[in-house]
Amino acid sequence: MLRFTEDHEWLRLDGDVATVGITTHAAEQLGDLVFIELPKVGATLKKGEAAAVVESVKAASDVYAPVDGEVVEVNDAAAGEPAGVGADPQGEGWLYKVRLADPSALDPLMDEAAYADFTK
Amino acid sequence: MTVELAVQSEPSCAAQPLRRTPFHAFHLRHGAKMCSFAGYEMPIQYAGGVLKEHLATRSGVGLFDVSHMGQIELVPRSGDVDDAARALEALVPVDVLGLKVGRQRYALFTGEDGGLLDDLMVARLPDRLVLVVNAATKAADENHLRASLPDGVEVRPLDRALVAVQGPGAEAALARLAPEAAGMRFMDASEIEVDGEPCLVSRSGYTGEDGFEISLAPERAEGFAEKLVEAGAVPIGLGARDSLRLEAGLCLYGADIDAETSPVEASLVWAISPARRAGGAREGGFPGADRILREMADGPPRRRVGLAPEGRAPVRAGAELFASEEGGEPVGRVTSGGFGASVEAPVAMGYVPATLGEPGTRLFAEVRGRRLAVAVAALPFVPARFKRS
Repeated sequence: MLRFTEDHEWLRLDGDVATVGITTHAAEQLGDLVFIELPKVGATLKKGEAAAVVESVKAASDVYAPVDGEVVEVNDAAAGEPAGVGADPQGEGWLYKVRLADPSALDPLMDEAAYADFTK
Repeated sequence: MTVELAVQSEPSCAAQPLRRTPFHAFHLRHGAKMCSFAGYEMPIQYAGGVLKEHLATRSGVGLFDVSHMGQIELVPRSGDVDDAARALEALVPVDVLGLKVGRQRYALFTGEDGGLLDDLMVARLPDRLVLVVNAATKAADENHLRASLPDGVEVRPLDRALVAVQGPGAEAALARLAPEAAGMRFMDASEIEVDGEPCLVSRSGYTGEDGFEISLAPERAEGFAEKLVEAGAVPIGLGARDSLRLEAGLCLYGADIDAETSPVEASLVWAISPARRAGGAREGGFPGADRILREMADGPPRRRVGLAPEGRAPVRAGAELFASEEGGEPVGRVTSGGFGASVEAPVAMGYVPATLGEPGTRLFAEVRGRRLAVAVAALPFVPARFKRS
């Protein structure tokens, strides 16, 4: 099940590892993506700090870490093909995977229905 | 992520009500995302998005609403356009007297200290001059003209729509509605029949492509735009207009040039007519001539140059430039930057000390706390494709 943040990231939990990306809504608002900068594998993320950058033709946007944890994998294919992230942001266009310091950190996040409401 | 910020910079949240152009309903009908620009509600992009619009203009034909720009007529009460031309020469370092009827020239309003007040187009018609100036500066330009020109030259702002048709397909698309357009060459400007009524048309633009700019009555704007779309033109928003002009190496007033930059620093010496340079028939005689002619003789302290980032990350306006990867003070600043859809790489322009202005010079732009390598590059990034003959 996907979880969503108010900063327009989604997370999918598998054990204690969450896959993180930007939402379809965010991708639509940003427009054509031309550059993506991902964190380094092994990096320690602090919730609320910039973890990645997505740049559209219009502007650069920080992607904040939605939770504390350690980066265990990044989607290099996405970084090499930013347009692909824009085309499938909640699937093939995931950005990185993070091992959660506290798996319950996802509990307060929105589910799909709540996020759909939030972006209305 | 800061999506909300990116979005907020677009829609109309200004305190003052935004003005609309005669193409407003056309924009909405074609799926435009509107934004605030220079006091106007303008399309930032349409449904296809900025990249597609950019490429459609380079490969086919793009349609741009530029009605927010200022159109001003200078009408000589004597009936002799030379009187208006002579008067305007006191404000621009350009040969206006030598401009032939039916021709247009790029010009610059200079200030007393040699900075740039605006850049503009001047067209000469049989009985008047027509200026096209920037949207953000049009009120100031009008005041400047009224305050500076003699009583014998009437300053008349025009309430006209302005539309640009740009790209290799522009001639074919416009010629369906205005057959005479096909016979014009780059920087021709004359009144021709467009869709059954006389309109001022120039063969010019702001994309580096062949194309036309058509001034027409506001009530005809929408119908005319729809006919161009039927002829294959794709509506283009301000997003792609900006990336097209950046690849073409063209300045955006307020970003790349302003009241602090001289035309020499801005690498716009080509726009200073030989007749107005040192040794020319009408040397000087424009505001700021001392500084401008001195910089032409001695070289300017800094210059506007193209900047090609070595990596994939866009380097945007405001980024500081350094001579080395670590330490040192900034040596310059990026004034425009983004992604060049045709060159498929980030592109930028900025000011650097003249000693660091040779193409190939390696500099570093600070982006998000890191210094990214950029190379000084010759402008334009894409070759111009004007119809010169």
